[in-house]
Amino acid sequence: MSGETALKLTADVLVIGGGPAGAWAAWSAASKGAKVVLVDKGYLGSSGATAPGGTNLLYLPPDKEMRDKAVRERMASGGYLSEAGWIHRVLDQVYINLERVEQWGYPFVRDENGVPQRNHLQGPEYMALMRKTVKKAGVKVLDHAPALELLVDEHGVGGARGALRQQGKDWEVRAGAVVIATGGCAFLSKGLGCNVLTGDGYLMGAEVGAELSGMEFSRRYAPAPAFSSNTRSRLLGWATYYDQDGKELKGSRNGDFLAERLLEGPVYAIMNKADTPEKRAILRSSHAIFFLPYDRAGIDVFTQPFPLTLRYEGTVRGTGGLRIVDDNCETTVPGLYAAGDAATRERITGAASGGGAFNASWAICSGTWSGEGAARYALSQRAGADSRQLRSAGRYGLAETTGGRALSSPRVETAELVRAIQDQVFPLQINYFRSEVGLKAALNKLHSYWPSVNEQAPGNVHERVHAREAAAMAATARWIYTAGLARKETRGAGLHLLAEYPDEDPNQHHRLLVSGLETIRTRPDRTFLGGASAASYPGTEQGA
Amino acid sequence: MIELVSEDRCIQCGLCVKVCPTNVFDTNEDGLPVIARQEDCQTCYMCEAYCPVDALFVAHHADEKVAVTEQDLIDRDLLGSWRAIIGFGSRGKVSMAANDTTPILRQARSGIARGE
Repeated sequence: MSGETALKLTADVLVIGGGPAGAWAAWSAASKGAKVVLVDKGYLGSSGATAPGGTNLLYLPPDKEMRDKAVRERMASGGYLSEAGWIHRVLDQVYINLERVEQWGYPFVRDENGVPQRNHLQGPEYMALMRKTVKKAGVKVLDHAPALELLVDEHGVGGARGALRQQGKDWEVRAGAVVIATGGCAFLSKGLGCNVLTGDGYLMGAEVGAELSGMEFSRRYAPAPAFSSNTRSRLLGWATYYDQDGKELKGSRNGDFLAERLLEGPVYAIMNKADTPEKRAILRSSHAIFFLPYDRAGIDVFTQPFPLTLRYEGTVRGTGGLRIVDDNCETTVPGLYAAGDAATRERITGAASGGGAFNASWAICSGTWSGEGAARYALSQRAGADSRQLRSAGRYGLAETTGGRALSSPRVETAELVRAIQDQVFPLQINYFRSEVGLKAALNKLHSYWPSVNEQAPGNVHERVHAREAAAMAATARWIYTAGLARKETRGAGLHLLAEYPDEDPNQHHRLLVSGLETIRTRPDRTFLGGASAASYPGTEQGA
Repeated sequence: MIELVSEDRCIQCGLCVKVCPTNVFDTNEDGLPVIARQEDCQTCYMCEAYCPVDALFVAHHADEKVAVTEQDLIDRDLLGSWRAIIGFGSRGKVSMAANDTTPILRQARSGIARGE
């Protein structure tokens, strides 16, 4: 990197990312006695998919029967790629942590028996509370400090470098352990709060040799008003859908319904199932963000039609991410941990989307565990991070450091590169209605763009950050389609499918690992099975 | 996308510059926040939520710029409307969390067959 390194810090644990997972990781590490620095691309409190809206939580009281049932349902809907023990672990941990959230001051509503209803959080208040809690725990928070590359030596990861993008300078943090909590990758599709999620952590991890898992499970689009960013669609269950002639679109709205209809023409919705003032008031107070764009557009959603679109959600509502190999969410690289959507969520979601409840609880739990694990690891290291001979690991989209590039080489505009990637990733015909033929063609194009990531020539710090994001998105798209082509079956709730292979294949009862940047390798992972197979879970019902 | 910083209302506290997760604002020589990178706005409304004087307006259009005038937004009672709804950071208003009807919604929802 070329900027002046204005800020050099040493810590036990560096947390990269300030959404829920990063906040919990930082709090957790600090409460184990570690000196912690948290850096975020934006602002801890407003960054990420959680902050602007509300989020449901996977949260059940400690009732064995209820929890066993939930676990069985999830194992089935996830195509038996999840692990019952891990789902139970999340249920245990999130119960403890949400009690903490209440103690810290979050005003959960109580039912008529005085029982707090802890299965939904309003994002703005939740994340403001987490910022306060993290700072109170002694964590040093750097906002607008995107990490651009990790620091490594032969012992593993030892910190990171990045930009202070409001000062035009660089930072460097040396740390005994690093937690990547940068979220997933939604390819700048403008889903609510998701444009900070560009796969940065996946790229940083892959550059030091970390593997990714579950990247094929990424076929999820969210309904939104056609003109708006508002991908919080839970309330659309109260809507009736119509075509442009006002004819009702009947039939089950599960699965491919909206995607198929949208390929035929515009789809409109009216929230006319909320047919009393009482119901409408309840809807408004539960998911206020849902109504904001319509109110501003002057549309009464309960009586007037509004047009719908689908925005791609990538690995945010997919399940893939950095592979984690132990109970502390450590990756395969020593000193490097992953939490939240930056990590694979297959251990609890399998082949089903963790959208909403599962991912929110996963962020809380994986944050807590990775923070603890990173603190323990860092505090056990004999040599301090500042005495190590660390080198910068970044190789892609960091134009100013690649060196050796002839001045005559063509300059690639970052915005054009991003559009080219999006053109292969957004179309429903390619990425939703997946086929081997379609994915191969798209992947070939994406591979051909890959050299371009190092032909960008950013002129200022903002463009530097965007150039790196473009590289991360290009890499992520290639991992998604490479994994998609390697899983020649349709498993679980259809978070990945290939038209040529419509059935589940018992011989592919494994996770898929991808790694590498120039050349991408895939291999099956059966380590989670531990001798068990789908037959060990008889009599399960399909999950919701 | 973000469309308005009201110079009239702005108290130059710098909060919007700080909280915008996609770094859309710069501060000009007069200390006022300016919309420097509108194309980076992700329409998340967080700047509006944090602005203590209701000086910001994020239009509901995510992909295109639209013209707004401050007087029209005031007339339509839109400046500060998101902040008022979520009761965010302002004393004396009910917090969105304390007023969360999601648990009631779950009960009401169980009466409606899913996906029909």
